[in-house]
Formats: sequence, C-alpha cells, structure tokens
Amino acid sequence: MTQLALVIDLNVCVGCHACVTSCKEWNTSGMAGYMADDNPYDADPTGTFFNRVQTFEVGEYPCSETVHFPKSCLHCEDPPCVPVCPTGASYKREEDGIVLVDYDKCIGCKYCSWACPYGAREFDEHQKVMKKCTLCVDRIYDENIPEAERKPACVRACPTSARLYGDVHDPNSEVSIAIREAGGYQLMPEWGTNPANHYLPRRKTKIRIHEDELVRSDNPLKKETDRPVGPIDEPTLDDVTSW
Amino acid sequence: MHPAFSVIFLTTLIGAGQGLFLALYTSESYAAVKLLPVQSGAFYAWGSAISVVLLALGLITSFFHLGHPERAWRTATKWRTSWLSREVIVLPAVLGAIAVYGAIHALGWNLTIVGIDTGVSNDLTLIVGAGGVLLTFTLFLCTGMIYACIKFLQEWSTWLTPVNYLLLGTASGFALATVYASLFAPELVYFLGGWAIIILLAAFVTRSASLIRNARLKPKSSLQTAIGVRHQTMTQRSQGQMGGSYNTREYFHGAPMWVFRSIKWVFLVLVFPLPLILLSVGINEASFTVLSAAFVIQYLGLLAERWFFFAQANHPQNIYYQTIS
Amino acid sequence: MKYSQTEHPKGRTEVKNTTCYMCACRCGIRVILRDGEVRYIEGNPDHPLNKGVICAKGSSGIMKQYSPARLTQPLRRKPGADRGDGEFEPISWDEAFSMMEQRLRQIRETDPKKFALFTGRDQMQALTGLFAKQFGTPNYAAHGGFCSVNMAAGMIYTIGGSFWEFGGPDLDRSKLFVMIGTAEDHHSNPLKMALSKFKRNGGKFISINPVRTGYSAIADEWVPIKPGTDGALLLALINEIIKQGLYDREFLIQYSNSAQLVNMDEASSEFGMFVRTEVPEEEGCFDPQNKLWWDRKSGQPVVTHTEGADPRLIGEFRLDDGTPVKPSFQLLMERVKEYTPEWAEGITGIPAETIRRLAYEMGVTARDQKIELPIAWTDVWGKDHESITGSPVAFHAMRGLAAHSNGFHSIRALSILMSLLGTIDRPGGFRHKAPFPRPIPPCAKSPKGPDDVQPNTPLNGMPLGWPADPDDLFVDDQGEPVRIDKAFSWEYPLSVHGLMHNVITNAHRGDPYPIDTLLIFMANMAWNSSMNTVEVREMLNDKNEDGEYKIPFLIVCDAFQSEMTAFADLVLPDTTYLERHDVMSMLDRPISEYDGPVDSVRIPVVPPTGECKPFQEVLIEIGSRLGLPAFATPEGKRKYRDYPDFIVNYETEPGSGIGFLAGWRGKGGEKFMKGEPNPNQWKMYEQNNCVFHYELPKSYQYMRNWNQGYLEWAQKHRLTRYAEPILIHIYSEVLQQFRLAAQGKTQGKQPPERLRKRIETYFDPLPFYFEPLEVQLSDKQKYPLSAITQRPMAMYHSWDSQNAWLRQIHAHNYLYMSPDLGEKEGFGDGDWVWVESQWGKVRCMCRFSEAVEPGTVWTWNAIGKSAGAWNLDQCANESKKGFLLNHLISEELPAHSDGEHLSNSDPVTGQAGWYDVRVRVYKADADEDKVVYPQFKAVAPVPGEVSRRPNWMTYFAGKFAKGGSR
Ligand SMILES: Nc1nc2c(c(=O)[nH]1)N[C@H]1C(S)=C(S)[C@@H](COP(=O)(O)OP(=O)(O)OC[C@H]3O[C@@H](n4cnc5c(=O)[nH]c(N)nc54)[C@H](O)[C@@H]3O)O[C@H]1N2
Ligand SMILES: Nc1nc2c(c(=O)[nH]1)N[C@H]1C(S)=C(S)[C@@H](COP(=O)(O)OP(=O)(O)OC[C@H]3O[C@@H](n4cnc5c(=O)[nH]c(N)nc54)[C@H](O)[C@@H]3O)O[C@H]1N2
Ligand code: SF4
Ligand code: SF4
Ligand code: SF4
Ligand code: SF4
Ligand code: SF4
Ligand SMILES: [Mo]
Repeated sequence: MTQLALVIDLNVCVGCHACVTSCKEWNTSGMAGYMADDNPYDADPTGTFFNRVQTFEVGEYPCSETVHFPKSCLHCEDPPCVPVCPTGASYKREEDGIVLVDYDKCIGCKYCSWACPYGAREFDEHQKVMKKCTLCVDRIYDENIPEAERKPACVRACPTSARLYGDVHDPNSEVSIAIREAGGYQLMPEWGTNPANHYLPRRKTKIRIHEDELVRSDNPLKKETDRPVGPIDEPTLDDVTSW
Repeated sequence: MHPAFSVIFLTTLIGAGQGLFLALYTSESYAAVKLLPVQSGAFYAWGSAISVVLLALGLITSFFHLGHPERAWRTATKWRTSWLSREVIVLPAVLGAIAVYGAIHALGWNLTIVGIDTGVSNDLTLIVGAGGVLLTFTLFLCTGMIYACIKFLQEWSTWLTPVNYLLLGTASGFALATVYASLFAPELVYFLGGWAIIILLAAFVTRSASLIRNARLKPKSSLQTAIGVRHQTMTQRSQGQMGGSYNTREYFHGAPMWVFRSIKWVFLVLVFPLPLILLSVGINEASFTVLSAAFVIQYLGLLAERWFFFAQANHPQNIYYQTIS
Repeated sequence: MKYSQTEHPKGRTEVKNTTCYMCACRCGIRVILRDGEVRYIEGNPDHPLNKGVICAKGSSGIMKQYSPARLTQPLRRKPGADRGDGEFEPISWDEAFSMMEQRLRQIRETDPKKFALFTGRDQMQALTGLFAKQFGTPNYAAHGGFCSVNMAAGMIYTIGGSFWEFGGPDLDRSKLFVMIGTAEDHHSNPLKMALSKFKRNGGKFISINPVRTGYSAIADEWVPIKPGTDGALLLALINEIIKQGLYDREFLIQYSNSAQLVNMDEASSEFGMFVRTEVPEEEGCFDPQNKLWWDRKSGQPVVTHTEGADPRLIGEFRLDDGTPVKPSFQLLMERVKEYTPEWAEGITGIPAETIRRLAYEMGVTARDQKIELPIAWTDVWGKDHESITGSPVAFHAMRGLAAHSNGFHSIRALSILMSLLGTIDRPGGFRHKAPFPRPIPPCAKSPKGPDDVQPNTPLNGMPLGWPADPDDLFVDDQGEPVRIDKAFSWEYPLSVHGLMHNVITNAHRGDPYPIDTLLIFMANMAWNSSMNTVEVREMLNDKNEDGEYKIPFLIVCDAFQSEMTAFADLVLPDTTYLERHDVMSMLDRPISEYDGPVDSVRIPVVPPTGECKPFQEVLIEIGSRLGLPAFATPEGKRKYRDYPDFIVNYETEPGSGIGFLAGWRGKGGEKFMKGEPNPNQWKMYEQNNCVFHYELPKSYQYMRNWNQGYLEWAQKHRLTRYAEPILIHIYSEVLQQFRLAAQGKTQGKQPPERLRKRIETYFDPLPFYFEPLEVQLSDKQKYPLSAITQRPMAMYHSWDSQNAWLRQIHAHNYLYMSPDLGEKEGFGDGDWVWVESQWGKVRCMCRFSEAVEPGTVWTWNAIGKSAGAWNLDQCANESKKGFLLNHLISEELPAHSDGEHLSNSDPVTGQAGWYDVRVRVYKADADEDKVVYPQFKAVAPVPGEVSRRPNWMTYFAGKFAKGGSR
C-alpha cells in the first residue's frame, strides 16, 4: 500500500518560510481554498496556514544551535484525528494514505483537531470547516501539470530541497532511503500515531587536522631562505689533525 | 484547552437531566418494591418533562458549537469509531426514552394495553424506564469517553473521566429531584436528598482523585519528543506567526494563572461542601428555597468545574506554540 | 468538496513567464492567471538562477499585487499641508509631467546640479544613471553607499571582482565554506540551493557572525565574534597561514603582485610604489607589466613573469642604483607579524586556539585537497596549462564586514586571505560573474571638477566611477566636494557608490550647496534607509526664514504609500513588477552565473492598476520633453516610443551594438553581447523564459583575471577594452598614491589640511585593524553593547509590511540579547526595555536568545513602521510594537579632530557604518506605556488607496472575495 509523505531534512532547512507562503498561495485558490486572513491590515493579523515554520534554540551560548522546524499535517498512519470524526469528513485515503477533510461533510465541531497531538489542523472561522495540509492532492495527480512538477507546492518551492516527497512504504523511494540512511524519525512517537512524515536530524561535519599535516614538505617558506652554506675560509677540523 | 461555553452548558445540562431521570426512576423502582410511597403519574411525567427540557437545552447549545449545524445529521454516521457520533445518537435516544417514559406516566398506561397483566400498576414505565436508564448510562459513558479517549490529553484520558461525568451529573440530577420533590412529593425528599448527598460524596472522591492524579501527571510529550532533538536545554524562539492562530486560540484557556487556580477552589467549594450543607439543612426542613439554593449553587459550581476540566487539559500541541517573535 | 483527480475550479488559465521582484535576487517565475487574476506564482524550473525554487517573498507576490497600500494616481501635496502629514490631492499625469518639466528645464538651464536623483534598492541604475548623466547632474547615486560599497570597493580594488552580486563561492566543489557576516544576501535562493548541496556533499560550513540567524542556522560551526572586529581575526588568520607556510606560493607569484618589488626609499616621492622598469608612453586602464621581481636563482631583479625566473617573496634587496626594495609579500608579512591569534582574541572574543585551528583547517584543506579539472587553458603570458587547478576553500561575506567604518580594510584582508589560499576564480573557491573581473580599478571615472558640470550639457563622465589616483577625485580647487553627497572628495575618496545616506542632511544644511529638486525613486529615505531618522524627517519638513522648504521640491516615485511618500510634494505611482517591462542589465548589478553572462527581463503579466505608470516611462517622457540627447533628436523630437522601444534601440553610442540587453542582438537575434538592435528582442526573451544565458567554453570559465582566451573573448565582445592580466593587488599602490598625496609628496591634487592625517592613516596600502570610527568616539563604559540588525528571510526591507501574508510572519520585532543582560539589568524575557545610544533612544520589547554574542543586541531590520504608513491600521503591530533601530544611528560622526560634519562612514569608501553604533539597555518603568517609542503622527490613506480595509478577507483567484468590512 502506498503512503505518501514528506520527509523534512532539518540539516539543511534554513527557515526561509518559502514552504509556508507557497502552500498558502497554492491552496488558497485551490481545492482546499480559500484560506482566510483576519485583520489582514490591522493589529494582530492572523490567518489559515497549513504549514508553519518554527524556530528553536538548542543548547547554551556559545554552543547553541538554531533549529528551524517546519510542521504541517504528518499524515499519520494511525491518525487519531480520523476515527473521532463523527461525520466521516475526516478520512484517510486507502490508495495513498493522505489524510483529508471533506468540507461538504464537515460540521465544524473541531473534535478532530483536539485529537491531533501535533496541532496540525486549522479551523476556518469563515467557511466553518476544518482545514489542513492536503499534501497538495490537487497538484500531485493533476494530469494538466507536467509530470515532473506533480509535487506539493512546498516541496517545489523549498530552496534547500529540505522537503522530500514520496512513498514511505516503497523501500526504494528517495524518502525511504533518506529515512534509512540519515536516521529519519517521527514526532511524538509516544502516542503511537505513526506519522508518515519524517524528519531528518542535524548532521555535523568536522575537519580533523593531525599535527603531522602541519609539518609540510611543501612548506613554501623553505624556498625563501638559502640553504645554510658554511664559509669556505674559516677554520675546520681539517686544519688541525690528520687521521 | 480553551473551554467552549457551548460544551460546558451541554455537558452540565444533560448531566442534570440524566441525573434527574435516574432519580425519578430510582424512586419509582423503590416504590415498586414498596420501599417508598408511590407517587402520582403526574409527578413522574412532569419530572420527566423537566429532564427532557434540560436534555433538549443541552442539545440546542451543542449546536452553537458546530460550524455547520445544518449538517448535524451527518454526525450519526460514524458510530463505529467516534464517541462523539455515539453521543449524538444516544442523546436523542435518551431524550426519547425519557419522553416516552414521561408520556406513559402521563397517560397512565401499563402493560395491560397490550393485554399483559402483571399486577404491577406501573410495569410498563418500569420496563421503558429501565431501557432509559441503560441509555442514560450509555450517554454518560459516551460523553465521558469523548474526552477520555484522547490518549494524549492526559488529564482526560482516565476511567475517572466518565465516572466523574456520571457521578457529577447524577448528583446534580438528584439534587434537582430533591428540589422537585420538596414541592410535589415531600415524602421523597429524604430519600432523594440522601442519595444526592451520597452520590455527591462519591463524586467528591472520584473528582478529587482525578485532581490528585492530574497534579501528579508527568507529561509524556516534551519539547524533545515534539521536535525530536535530544538536548536538555531548548527553547522556542518563534512559533512562526505573531498575531496568533487557531493553535493559540483553541488550546489555551487564555486566563491568567491566578484565575485558573482560583476557579479550581471555586468549583470545589460550590460543587461539594456548600451544596452538602444546604442539602442537609434543606432535607431536614424540606425547604424548597434552601434546596433550590443547593442545586443552583451546585450547578454554577459545575459550570466552573467544567471550565476547569477543559482549561486544565494540557494539549501537547501547545509545546509547539510557546514564543512569539 | 471532493478531492477527485479531475475536478478543477472553472476559469480561464494562462501561464506567463517573467522575473520576480519581491527582492533583488531576480529569480525566474511563472505566473499562473485564472480569469486574469494571479492564481499562483511559482519558480521557473528552466531559469538558470533559481531552477524552479521560490522563496517566501516570491510566493507572496499576489498580496503585493492586490495590496491596499498601492498608490494608483499621481498625487500633489495639498496646499497648506505639511510634509509628512501625507495629505494629498490627485492630479493627472499631464499636470505631473508639466510640473516636472517646467522645474527641471529651469534647473538644467541654470545649474543642473541643483537636481538630485537618488534611488534605493532598485535594479535600474543603468537607466537612472544615464538619465542623470544626460541631465548633467553629478548628484546621482543608488543604495550602494549605504548598502555594501565596502564589499565592492574592498574586493574590486584587490581582486577585480567581489561578492555581493559580482561573484561568489563555488560551493559545488568546495569542502570548506566560511561565511562571514551574512544573514540573507541578494543571491538569496541560489545560495540556499548551493548550501544544501554543499552540506549534503559533506562539506564543512563555518559561520563567523555575532548572531546565529539566517543561513548560519545550518552552519556546522558557529564562531561568534564581536561586531566590527573581523579585520583583527582575518589579519591573525593571515599571520598564522603565512607562519605555517600554508599559502599558495605559486599562485601568489604568478597571479598577484606579492613578488613585485616596492621602493622602500622613504625620501623618494616613489616611496611605497612599485619599482618600474620603464614608464610606457600611455598607461591604459590596466596594470602595465613593467614591475620587477627579485629572482632567487640569479639573485638579480628581473621583469615580472620573465620566463624561468623564480622570484623571492620574502627578503630585502637593493637595486643597482642603491634603492632599497622589498617584495610586497615581505611587507605583508611584516604587517601581520604583530597580529597574532592571542592579540586577536582580546579584540574579537574568539579564543586564540580557535583562530589557529581555523587557519589550519583553511590552509590544510586548501593544500591537501587540491582540485584538478582536465581543462586545458592558456594564460596571458602565453603559457599553456594542462589543467585547471583549485583549492576547495570558499568564502562569502557581506554586510557584517561591509557595514562598518573599518570594513574596507577588513574586506581587503579577506581578499588577501582568499588569495593566499589560492582561491580566486578557481574551482572550489571564489568565482567571478560576468562582466567581472574588471581591471583594478575599473575604467569608469566620474568628472574631475566643477567645470564638468555645465548648463544644458550632459555630464562629462559617469556620475559614479572608480578613482585610480587622487587626480580622479571630483573636487574643486580647494579640494572640496562638488557632489551633494561629497562622494569622490577627500573625505571619502573611493566612494564609488556615492553616499546616499548623507544627501538629505547635506541638502538641508546647504553643504556644500543647497539644491532645488530631489527625486527619490524606490527608496524609503524617511524611514529605514536613513540613519538618524527622527531628525531626517524633521529636515525634510524644515523651512527657511522665507517660508520656503530647505529642500524646495521633493518628488517621490513609489509603488506604495510608504513613510517617504508622506513627505513628497509630488508622488508618482509606479507599477508593480507584474505590470511592467524591466531589464536586469549587465550594465547594472549582473545576475550572471559563474559559467558565463546572464541577463533577464520582466514582461507584464497583468495590466497596470489605476493610473500607475512605470518609472522608466516617466524618465523617458521627461528626458524627451527636456530634449536630453539620449532621448531626443537634436530637433527635439522624441527618439523612443516607450521603454520597450528604448531598450531595443538604444545603443551606448550610435552603432556601438551595445545596449541594455546582451541577448538576441543583431537584426535577427543571431548575435549576443554586441550587435545591432533587434526589433524582436523582447519576443525572443519572452520565448526563452525571459532570460539570456551564455555559457562560456569550459576553458574560459576559470582564472579569468589571467586567462588569455577569456580576456580576448571579453575584449572581442566589448566587455572590456583591454585583454591585459588583472593581477591581484595584495599591496595596493592605488591607496599608497593617496597616502603620498596626503604626505605632500605628489604633484597632483592635494587634500585639504584638515584631512591630511585622515588620508595618510586610512590609505594604507596594506590592510590594518582599527576600531570603527564611531566606536573610537563612543563612551564604551556608558554604552557597552553593539547594536546590529539582520535581514529576515521572509521580508524585504520596509516594503513587505503591506503584504497580508508576510506580515503575519513578522508583525513586529523584538530586541534580541543574551539572557545575562536581563539578569544584570533586572528585566525578564519579553519585558519592555529602553535601548539608548549617544544619539537617541527607543523603547521596545526584548527577547532573550542563546544565539547572540553577549556584547551584542540585534533586531530584524525595518519591521517597525510609522503609524498609518503602508495603509496599515494605526494600531497595527508594526507601529505599536515594532521599532526601527535607525533612530539610534547617526549619519554623521561626532565632531572630532578630522572635522565637524564627517559622515558616519568608512573613511576610504563612504560606506555607511550601520553596525558601529554602541548602546546600553535598561528596563522600562512598569508604569510606562507599553508601546514603542518614538511614535510619529499617524497618516491617513491617500486618494486612490482603498480607504476601508476588510477586517477579514479570502483570496480565491478568479473571484477575489473580500470578507466582512468593519
Ligand atoms: N538599521 C538598518 N538600516 C538599514 C540597513 C540595515 O541593515 N540596518 N540596510 C540598508 C540597506 S543595505 C539598504 S539596501 C536599504 C534599503 O532601503 P530602501 O531602498 O529604502 O528599501 P525599502 O524601504 O524596502 O524600499 C524602498 C521603497 O521601494 C518601494 N517599492 C517597492 N517596489 C517598488 C516598485 O516596484 N516601484 C517603486 N517605484 N517603488 C517600489 C517601497 O514601497 C519602498 O518605499 O536599507 C538600509 N537601511
Ligand atoms: N529577505 C531579504 N533578503 C535581502 C534583503 C532583505 O531586506 N530581505 N536585503 C537585500 C539587501 S539590499 C542586502 S544589502 C543584502 C544584505 O545581506 P546581508 O549582508 O546578509 O544582510 P544583513 O542582514 O545586513 O547581514 C549582516 C550580517 O552580518 C552580521 N554582522 C554584523 N556585524 C558583524 C561583524 O562585525 N562581523 C561579522 N562577522 N558579522 C557581523 C549580522 O549579525 C548579520 O548576520 O540582503 C539582500 N537580501
Ligand atoms: S522552504 Fe525549505 S528551507 Fe525554507 S523553511 Fe521550508 S523546509 Fe525550510
Ligand atoms: S498530524 Fe494530526 S491531523 Fe495529521 S494525520 Fe496526524 S493526527 Fe491527523
Ligand atoms: S471538525 Fe469536521 S472533520 Fe473535524 S471532527 Fe468535526 S466534522 Fe469531522
Ligand atoms: S503538501 Fe501542500 S498542503 Fe501540505 S504543507 Fe505542503 S504545500 Fe501545504
Ligand atoms: S529570492 Fe527574491 S527574486 Fe527570488 S523568489 Fe525570492 S523574492 Fe523573488
Ligand atoms: Mo542593501
């Protein structure tokens, strides 16, 4: 069975928010739209976004890291948000594992959002239905879009290609390989939600210099001084003895 | 969690309604085995009517919680998986059962109308009522399980949650029944009031147990598990947006800490000792005023209790929404 | 709604290519329209720059296009209203044009320098510069002087190319990448793409920065440094690399002036100059190869690059005539001797151990991981090489180095470090972007004296140029400035991008003279691009005794209602980038790739809003009306129908074949770089993703300073006049010439007395470390902290607060600082604090952070706004909680021995010293207002703007739905 998902590489994510606004832009005029904005030009502007990038500081100065952390719906394999929905508006697709909300069935009770430990769902106050990341289901299957571009908007936008997309059940997919090889992990594993989206951790490159590498045969300074040549005309042992 | 007033009223109103019905039925059952004086059909009929009104009010307020009430019918479809769906099915059933129960009382029917003569004058109501009781217990279970089934809302995810819903609702219903009896069936006041006190004491035990349990809870989720970085010192620098979002509105009670803490004491006082005293006094004097005060104060206390129930629940998603910048 | 695979919102869909302008990076975009409304903007996968990716700003273009802050009509300040009040009445373009024509004609007929044209972070310097030159005013510049001119000048005067937009790191092949003082640069998306690839290839990324934001987040190592001290670090690194013998001797000898002999005879007027064999008749704009080496084999001086010679880099020699000489490398070595890691530790706060390790990592990686590409090439001396070699150590640096008044020398030091490691235009190191490398310095020169400014006459020279010696300065007989910003004067001789940050102050003071009309295009000079904002706003509104404004007429061309437009007498509404033709010309900041020249265009994808008119059209219209030779025939007839027509047909000189665009030239589009106008040029750009990219043959792609094939190609295609080698200036004779002048040893132009010492000090031919000027003049006990800003990735300067999506990410800002500071001063995270410099104070909220050097506080740049600007509600976070650091920064130094009104700038280049300010931070009283201080009088929306904003809105292209209004 296919399980489409995103794998987010925290090792290269620079926190640029491209995935945030490209998602908004694609989806507000798409199948999952609109995505309303409240107080757009007033105090405390707020709106519906399917994807947010947060920033964390890890460690203490000077050994501190700045970790940018994008988060959208993780398309859990065991999604707690689905069974609780009384109407069946929330559902997980058999064919590709995408978790979706059918706006026509949703009564806007918000219960599913309570049941998501990740805060991945957003209630639209104006359309009065629950919204969330659709994994760009209206892009990835759209045959009017060239095949190479049939990827989520955020994935295509991401300048660092920190967002990988594919089938995590196919062991040979790019995402499965990345999870395997780079130590991909799931968020809040303690709840058994088995999120399809994975995260790849920071990986550090270090350079180790051995002191031998500093004693160099190619030291150019050698060329700058003449090799010491003793004076010819000063006394030597030759002058005082013979063997 | 951010306490939604629709849900606070829904659960407290139907709790009282359910409890009232249970009280009526209990007294009727006792009467059937001659432990209590038998009451007129009108007594049960009007009592059931009050119960139905409370349940209906609850049902109506619940609609305020919905974005699309016109689609509410759809909620009945997922009873296999959703406690909310189950509640939505059982609530009208309870309502219906109580209405039928009340109606039979009003009409004075018994099994003789289908040609069975058991010799018990209220055999039909006893049977219908038993069904109602079953449904009522189911409804308490559904309501409680809506909250208790969310694993990661650790404050809710315990058998104490449905038990508390059951006991608090029943206690308030019995209190209401006592008030009702003080007007129309004074001889039941001792019985009903007594049970009200006993159930209240039981509720006190279970509710305190849940408070103690919750105070000792260790959150299973942490920033470490939330973002998967294993380091002891970590803080959020930015939650990704500054003007707030659904995530900051829905899952935080938003009240200052002192309000939050004092509400706990408010509800503890209003729900348990005060009604207890007033009930004791009221029973002895069969005083409608004192007993009404006990019920009203307790109901207000239950509103506070419900507010606190929501506010106290720490949603793990909040870990992701700590700092604006 | 069902998620079926076929169901689509109905509507007519079109896809159009153009170029993004949500920032200056210039990515290729595809705009998808539904029923004429913008449905989606995505990166163009076929564009060489961004290869399909797009950033947060680029993806929010829709909200710029439909912003309620857009200006839609020409506006005139209401009679009686004060500047800054933002009270306007709409007028027609006819009126606007005749107002401008009348005024400018009169100025041009009398004293053209009374018209000043300054532009901000635009991409039109080729056209605006041309206009100024044609008008005859020297008073023209763009943002460069307050942006990063130190970067341009410091590197171009050293290696003939630079970071910023002229070159960059080759991360494809690098193993070690050191990024200094960069948060979110111009090469925004490409750098991000390259960084992730670099990291995935296992490269090590080091960031040297007081703050860990931006790209630094993903650095493998963060080296926090005290602001303004990088010069010390770089000099210590140079010291250590030389000491350990980790430099690339061959590279330095062949490709730099390291081995050239410097005259050490203090008595000579040639002291500190290279010894020349003979002086050629005419020196062109290049380094003649008439210098000497000391050959170690023969023990004799020889002409540089003599076949078989092996020069000494170190030593002290005497020429036959007795002149003592030293190779310039020897002088460098002497210079850095005292700059030990231990010395640098005390200044930079970086442990000496770390500095040594960094030097070793750089040196050993460069030496031991040599790259060799099987590409044959020939150098300018005719020598064939079998391969291209390189060292995989790359650097990048930007305003963290540039925006300090000691930045020029720090950047010289960086260029020298890069050269020592042998990483100039080689794989794995620094790579040029066409049309770079340029000769050192580039050939363009400004006029040289007041006589070059004449009524009704185009300027004699470029408004901006590259002085090669004191005689190239633009000063009068007393050595005093001719330009209003005092660029190219003895105060800031190499101010190659002008000093826009002093224009308003100087014009207000009438120093060196009053002007009449100031035209500001695309710059928010009443806010974030001015220093000393509070007073600058007063100056803009200040009047003489006669009631006339000190700056009599102020024209502002903007697309939005900014803080600046409020001060205008005349507001010209510009189109947005989606509504106009534009060119990203190689005559401006290039967008070339390492492998060859690139330029690009914008083609309108939606019609102009209201009466918006592209500024290009405005300039061409005025130019035609005034009869400027480039725009009108001698008979006064209009030469060009409009801007697209101008772009196609304009040639730098009649028949030169060079125009703004390099692609598809020649009658049928068969030529490039040079060729006669092609009437179908726009069409051809449109058919080719709006971009022209010529990939050089592989053998021309590297070592371009000395690559015969490349230099001849560049000469043939008129990128340069000479195909002469561009040797790296480890030792800068250009600087020495200014120093000699200051010492009175030369015949030519001499500095005024008061500036002699300043010139002598700062025109050192070798880099040296000094504290930034403002720091030298600050009470460091009282103001112990440095205050700096960062670019947020999701906002462009001040211009994105009107963007409904982006402002949700940054609605207001905090002052970030170490928690230690709060502990010491008794305030907590999120508290209101005062931050105060010797110039002013600001009240704001603080945020504690572990990612900042404890002696530094910082905030995001330009998030704070003045109330009502950008058509935001008066209570918007931007004005109530957001603040601008600029209020704390002065555009002038305190009066001191060098003078009274010296700019707060680098003494060499005039680069604004944004990051030199010293501050203190203390708790705000509990009973103080919880709003940012200072506050400014709120402005109302202007005519033509949406005056009622929706209190919620929904955007769904094809049926833009607005929600409820208040
Ligand atoms: N404290 C501090 N101050 C700084 C800096 C810093 O680091 N710290 N950085 C400095 C630097 S490097 C720079 S480059 C400057 C930038 O400063 P500015 O050049 O002033 O940049 P902005 O304020 O973003 O934009 C200028 C104006 O362009 C307008 N605009 C946007 N699009 C268009 C268009 O299509 N047409 C027209 N006509 N106008 C348009 C905007 O509305 C805005 O009013 O800021 C400088 N100021
Ligand atoms: N998103 C976005 N992109 C932009 C812009 C924007 O406004 N928004 N502006 C564009 C413009 S006009 C420009 S000029 C570029 C500028 O690009 P950058 O130069 O990257 O811009 P700044 O944010 O000024 O970054 C300066 C960095 O230098 C650091 N710094 C300050 N002082 C020192 C120091 O003494 N030493 C060291 N080592 N570091 C120091 C600061 O902490 C900061 O990280 O960005 C361009 N790109
Ligand atoms: S677009 Fe990519 S790099 Fe930018 S924040 Fe999102 S995941 Fe990170
Ligand atoms: S992340 Fe949340 S909304 Fe998404 S599938 Fe998992 S539980 Fe459901
Ligand atoms: S809000 Fe909609 S999707 Fe969520 S549980 Fe309620 S009906 Fe289901
Ligand atoms: S997959 Fe699509 S809907 Fe989900 S976050 Fe990315 S862009 Fe948004
Ligand atoms: S980096 Fe600049 S040009 Fe490129 S997409 Fe972003 S805003 Fe547009
Ligand atoms: Mo800039």
